[in-house]
Amino acid sequence: MVNRRQAYEAQQRRRSLSIAGISTALVLAAVVVLVPLAPGWPAVRASFFDASVFAETFPTLLQAFMIDVMIFAWSVPLILGLGLAIALARGARAPALFPLRIFGAVYVDVFRGVPVILTIYLIGFGIPGLGLPRPWNSPYIWGTVALVLTYSAYVAEVLRSGIESVHASQRNAAICLGLSERDTMRYVVLPQAIRRVVPANMNMLVALQKDVALLSFIGPVEILRQAGIYKSLLANFTPYLVAAVIFLMVTVPATRYADYLLNRDRDARS
Amino acid sequence: MHKVLAISIIASMIAVGGAQAQSCHEGKTISAGKLTIATGNPAYYPWVLDDAPESGQGFEAAVAYALAGKMGFMQEDVIWTRTSFDQAIQPGAKDFDLNMQQFSITAQRDKVVDFSAPYYTAPMAVLVRGGDGLTADMATLKRLKWGVVATTTALPVVMEKIAPESPPLIYDDNVNVVEAMKAGQIDAALFDLPTALYLGAVVLEGGQVLGQFTADETKNPDHFGALMTEGNPLKECVDAALTEMKADGSLAAIEAQWLQEATGVPLIQ
Repeated sequence: MVNRRQAYEAQQRRRSLSIAGISTALVLAAVVVLVPLAPGWPAVRASFFDASVFAETFPTLLQAFMIDVMIFAWSVPLILGLGLAIALARGARAPALFPLRIFGAVYVDVFRGVPVILTIYLIGFGIPGLGLPRPWNSPYIWGTVALVLTYSAYVAEVLRSGIESVHASQRNAAICLGLSERDTMRYVVLPQAIRRVVPANMNMLVALQKDVALLSFIGPVEILRQAGIYKSLLANFTPYLVAAVIFLMVTVPATRYADYLLNRDRDARS
Repeated sequence: MHKVLAISIIASMIAVGGAQAQSCHEGKTISAGKLTIATGNPAYYPWVLDDAPESGQGFEAAVAYALAGKMGFMQEDVIWTRTSFDQAIQPGAKDFDLNMQQFSITAQRDKVVDFSAPYYTAPMAVLVRGGDGLTADMATLKRLKWGVVATTTALPVVMEKIAPESPPLIYDDNVNVVEAMKAGQIDAALFDLPTALYLGAVVLEGGQVLGQFTADETKNPDHFGALMTEGNPLKECVDAALTEMKADGSLAAIEAQWLQEATGVPLIQ
């Protein structure tokens, strides 16, 4: 049976749902009605929303997107490994390891501070310019290195915050049990730290998936560049819209999953 | 009497001709009495010298002033502005009357913007670095690793004519292509001949123009046209002026002055 309280709450819920529905419909209607009234709308529609260009370029762009996926796939383990190493270097307590801490701090400052695209340019053209023979001067290799350097700096900071979030009592307890500092980190601190920062690192991976497209600046023909080629050949911007749609097909589920992890984490704590 | 009549007829014809040239562009430019011409940012040799089109130095800068003169503009009525390729083709109002930055006329681009009659036809040329041991034939070209600038029509030529064994790498501008060549990431790049000659002689150390494709051999020889907004009423004035420049030889003279070294490059068999 529904009691009066539940009936009231159900009514309130229906009310807020219908208000939300009506306001959304009004906004949509305003956009759909008002935007086409703009004097330049036919030109914008022809340049950005050409259905035939969309259909023509979609298969090739989807194929080009596989290059992004590939670069992403081999970057991720490198980033996680290097990020963890940097985080541990920054957290090193022993006085003899002070140079390692300094290195970690400088590394993070440099690669978080320089825009990704600049790192890609400098490493992608600079290092092969030293005269490396093929295939070691490939833009794929050095572009990946640039991405790994940048993103491991972010991931290291996220991991470090996770490590520091583990309460000191955990370390003390581990020492009382006779664990070495190394084992404390490995069996007590890291498992908890890594689990806590999974949602934040999911966010980093979504950002990485998008930034892979920046490698197009040093030569690889991936989806962004392929869209640019079509734009130039067809004098039409629709291929960029296609590329955006293809990215969304991957990044929206990924961000939803990151949100889900975040919520689950929050619920588990409360 | 006859003489006077003839002179007065000629005089009135000149006056009418002048008046027509004056009035052709009237009300058709974005600012009255001025001709706004866009070029690239930066603009490259030999099209514009020292990135300063105001000097009239360089092929496109010289053509622009000659064209403006034929259309009845004074030299000081020419205003220069800069656009990227994307700004040139995006929908909406433009802040230029003409855009001259080696735009190749293609049917697909022509649907979106208007092109003037061509003012130059560029052969495509192959730029390599340290080309010893390379010969200008198709078998050699197929084996090379290619680089191309994305916004040019060189890419279809590489893909269809040369059809290299490994897919080409694509870059944003000439400088990046040269940088990739220095880094050994690519062996060869395709440019229009004057650009290839300049890059090979000045920018790329050890650069060499291996050969050129003849215009008739290429399916779509690269015709450069001035770009205008779609349906621009100014087009007829520009085309009339260009036709006149071709007929009186002034366009050829400008080409000879600024692009004269574009000869003597071996043809690719």
